Amino acid sequence: MELQIALLLGQDGITNGAIYALLALALVLVFAVTRVIFIPQGEFVAFGALTLASLQAGKLPGTVWLLLCLGAAIAVLESLRAARERCFRQIPLILLINCAAPLLLAGVLVAFSPATLPLPVQVLLALMLVVPLGPMIYRLAYQPVADLTVLALLIVSVAVHVTLVGIGLLFFGAEGSRTPAFTDASFEIGDTVLQGQTILVLVASALLIVALYLFFERTIYGKALRATAMNRTGARLMGISGTLAGQLSFTLAAAIGALSGILISPLTTIYYDSGFLIGLKGFVGAIIGGLASYPVAAAGAVLVGLLESYSSFWASAFKEVIVFTLIIPVLLWRSLKTRHVEAE
Amino acid sequence: MNAAIDPAEPEIVLDAAGLSVAYGKVTALRDVSLKVRKGEIVTVIGPNGAGKTTLLSALIGLLPVRGELVYLGERQGPGRSVEKLVRQGMTLVPEKRELFAEMSVEDNLLMGAFDRYRAGHRDELETMDQVFDIFPRLRERRQQMAGTLSGGERQMLAMGRALMAKPKLLLLDEPSLGLAPLIIKEIFRTVARLRKTGVAILLVEQNARAALQVADYGYVLETGDLSLAGPSRDLANDPRVIESYLGLGGRG
Ligand SMILES: Nc1ncnc2c1ncn2[C@@H]1O[C@H](COP(=O)(O)OP(=O)(O)OP(=O)(O)O)[C@@H](O)[C@H]1O
Ligand SMILES: [Mg+2]
Repeated sequence: MELQIALLLGQDGITNGAIYALLALALVLVFAVTRVIFIPQGEFVAFGALTLASLQAGKLPGTVWLLLCLGAAIAVLESLRAARERCFRQIPLILLINCAAPLLLAGVLVAFSPATLPLPVQVLLALMLVVPLGPMIYRLAYQPVADLTVLALLIVSVAVHVTLVGIGLLFFGAEGSRTPAFTDASFEIGDTVLQGQTILVLVASALLIVALYLFFERTIYGKALRATAMNRTGARLMGISGTLAGQLSFTLAAAIGALSGILISPLTTIYYDSGFLIGLKGFVGAIIGGLASYPVAAAGAVLVGLLESYSSFWASAFKEVIVFTLIIPVLLWRSLKTRHVEAE
Repeated sequence: MNAAIDPAEPEIVLDAAGLSVAYGKVTALRDVSLKVRKGEIVTVIGPNGAGKTTLLSALIGLLPVRGELVYLGERQGPGRSVEKLVRQGMTLVPEKRELFAEMSVEDNLLMGAFDRYRAGHRDELETMDQVFDIFPRLRERRQQMAGTLSGGERQMLAMGRALMAKPKLLLLDEPSLGLAPLIIKEIFRTVARLRKTGVAILLVEQNARAALQVADYGYVLETGDLSLAGPSRDLANDPRVIESYLGLGGRG
């Protein structure tokens, strides 16, 4: 292999690896806090990319309808709960958050044609449409069964994943989308050309990772999530409810997923079901970190990206096989190390 | 609640009447009634398996109860939850401490103030200073991971973390468990001093001697039933208590 090709492949691998690393961090976070193996993580990637593409194409993204429906369902459930507990004063707020806010967002999308808005605003709108789906899905699918075993929660995850892929097909159709690059800039270093988008992905991922680190180390809410991951009962006694921690971690995971999708949508064509494979590669990274260690998970994910890139050159037909076979030696190695993640 | 409020009588913080708790079909607490007033230390003593931990877990909402429960003049209904009670100033120092092992002492304390922070208070640093004044040992070890603390320090951290919530009712589950006599003395001295801050304390103990010394009022819990009750001085002189719980030379 020539050096130039090797560098090109490496560049590709690291770019994808950065995205996998973000997803791996989100998976570790969700698992540590809620014990949920978040298979639908990839759907947020696809929804983020496809929502942005719809906005840019001047279409009303299907995620608006999803947001409205989930909001209505939660409003009904929460109002019933409030009525049962005789806390009628909560009901206006419940309706405001779950019905009025999504309606307002939908109204904004209809009133201003998003296709003509500047890119940062489009990205912001896409995030506002996709990120709330995270805590909403937690509320509807996971919160009622939060005390079940890891295996039962995994089954819930599979169901949510299948449902979301179906919804994706319904709303976005079977054809894929690719958004235009955020920047046309490119840099020449020696013989290789560095695409501006590649640099953007790397910088954005690095910034996001630093922001996550600061969130967990410096803010009281970040520490509360870590506390929940360490000791659920202890955290509850401090008033950090499982529900709060769950919603917070799902919000972060959804934001990370949607941002990842938005970042890679100019680099590759995203279909309604593309998220699964992308998420799975993040998952391989997370497994390398034992679903517990953030730095190892991120490093593992970058490794997955590189492996994928080089194997696509040597044996492109087998590139997925090679990546996922990586799991076997990793699992063997981990089981030999016997430092198990406690499943309670 | 009552029309005639006796000014000499401090307000009742917790009023439990006829509480029963069951684990599946096994009843662990039967018809337990007790009161805790503001600024008062009430103790529940009893042997292993009497249901002391069950009582505190039920009070804070970790276990469902049957019976009447009034906290701060408010009857607890179906919406009762740990989170709501914590918000209303009830705090439990659990038997197993339940510290955040891989967090520093400081961060553990900070978590104690989480709910106050969430409710909009921003006084966690001052509160932490007050807690450090109560437990100077914690100040020395503020950067140390909680998991590496000694048993006595762990108990101090668990209590300090609870105090960070500025509780109105502090539930203490066997603070003396597994500690050397000297540390036990120190912990109980601290408990006695807390009374001056106006907090109501419900102290559950096997160490009857130490508990009755510090408490104003006591109950004896035996296999799920309250068998005796009275001012702790009387209890400490009660022959039945002396025989079963204080052993030879028990003199209140
Ligand atoms: N989760 C549980 N499921 C079933 N039974 C339980 C459970 N927890 C406690 N028990 C039973 O309830 C009874 C009271 O237990 P509890 O822990 O309240 O006792 P305790 O007074 O705190 O004892 P100790 O002084 O040893 O801490 C015991 O018989 C115990 O076996
Ligand atoms: Mg106990």
